[in-house]
Order: sequence, then C-alpha cells, then structure tokens
Amino acid sequence: MSVAATSFRRNDARARGHAAFWAFVVHRVSGLALTLFLPLHFWTLSMLLGEAPAFDTFISWTGAPLVKLAETLLVLALAAHLAGGLRLLFVEFVGWRADAQKTIFALGAGLALACALAFALNGAGGGFPK
Amino acid sequence: MRSSERHFRADLVVAYAGANPGRDPVSAVRAQTFLWLAQRGSAAVLALAVVVHLATMIVAVRGGLSAAEILERTRGSAGWALFYAVFVLAVAVHAPIGLRAILAEWLGLRGRAVDVGLVLIALALLTSGLRAVYAVTRS
Repeated sequence: MSVAATSFRRNDARARGHAAFWAFVVHRVSGLALTLFLPLHFWTLSMLLGEAPAFDTFISWTGAPLVKLAETLLVLALAAHLAGGLRLLFVEFVGWRADAQKTIFALGAGLALACALAFALNGAGGGFPK
Repeated sequence: MRSSERHFRADLVVAYAGANPGRDPVSAVRAQTFLWLAQRGSAAVLALAVVVHLATMIVAVRGGLSAAEILERTRGSAGWALFYAVFVLAVAVHAPIGLRAILAEWLGLRGRAVDVGLVLIALALLTSGLRAVYAVTRS
C-alpha cells in the first residue's frame, strides 16, 4: 500500500472520531429528512382548502404508534438541524472557537432531545384523535 | 474587498478551474459565493422561524390535533400569514441549496441539468408552501 493511501486512511479515521464530523452527519441526515417531508407537510395542510373532515380523517391517522414515532423523529430532526445550523452560524460569523465544539454539540443534542421529548409527552398525554 | 479576501477568491478560482476543466471558473465561484450567502441568510431567518414553529407544535399538539383547532389560531390572521409566508420563502431557498450539496458530494451529480432541476424543486416548494399558507390563514 502506498504511503499516501495509508496516511489518508489514518486521517479519515481521525476525522470521523471528531465531534464536528458527527455534527456534520446529524445536520446532513436531518436536513435531508426534513426536505423529503416538506411536500407531504404542504400537501396535508392544503387539504384544509377543501372540507375540514377530509383533513381530520387524515390527521386521525397520525394517532397510529408508528406515525407518532415518525412525527417525534421529525421534531427531533428539526430541533437538531436548528441546533446544528446555529452552531455553524456562530462558528462562521461570530468566531466561536473550535475547542468548544464538543460542548456546543452536546448542548445542541440536549436541546433537540428536550424538544422531541416535550412534543412526544404532550401528544401522549392528550391522545389522538380528538 | 480586503487583500486577503482577494487572494482567497483567486485561490478558489484556480482550484475550481483545475477540478472542472471547460467551465468558466470566475462565474462558478461567484455562483458558489452567492449560494453560500443565500444559504446563511435563509438559515438566519429559519433559526427564528423554527424556534416559533417548535414552540407552536409542542403547545398545539397538546390534547390532539384537529382542523378546527389549527384554523382557530390561524384563520384570518395577517400576522400568522406573513410569518408562514416568510418561513416558506426561506425554506424554498434553503432546502434546494442543501440538496445540491448532497447530490454533488454523495451522488456525484452536478452541472446545469441538476441546477435547473433544483430551481424547479425550489419553485415547487414555494408554490405548494404558499398554497398551504393560504389554506390555513384565509378568512
């Protein structure tokens, strides 16, 4: 194996062990999930242009446990993407230092989890459909 | 433009020209800079909008969702209409630029045809999003 290939592999593993790499992965995957969800979200809301019962029939479907889980994961994705985006904006425009990356990432993850939990627990308490 | 920025720009142009023979490097770097700015500008708007959206969702989902419940809050409200319209506009700018990076880096899809497709996606998001805003805020 060539020297270049060896050093690339070593660099690669080191990069992947860094908090900033995981921040990047979370940001990308959550962004993709949110983008794919958007057309469905807009289409559902546009049902309100017609008769309200059609929308309510659809929304009652969101009571199913798997749909509820997917919804909670989407809220988690939104909160995580928000936290990751704020991290990027602060690093690029306010000059936050790289040595604080792990702390920022941990704070973001905590904030995102708190939002998803609040959403899930609130929904579970109220019950679907109304 | 400061001299360090000019050097940075020049380096970008040289790097781009090396990696993409046959394309105009100056306009490509200009486009890249514009997309970067649009992504950060829309992100700043979205940061505020998403905080409001998350808070509304967590509160609104309490006790279950229904058409009547959503419409009670939004119907005929110019404030919510403006808020959601700005939200949709920022999303229509933000999501396709992110998608562009994913297509290029993960699938190796780049070039004019991809960019045209992304503009169409942006327009589709904008129109379907504004339609949804109209659906929930019309009086």
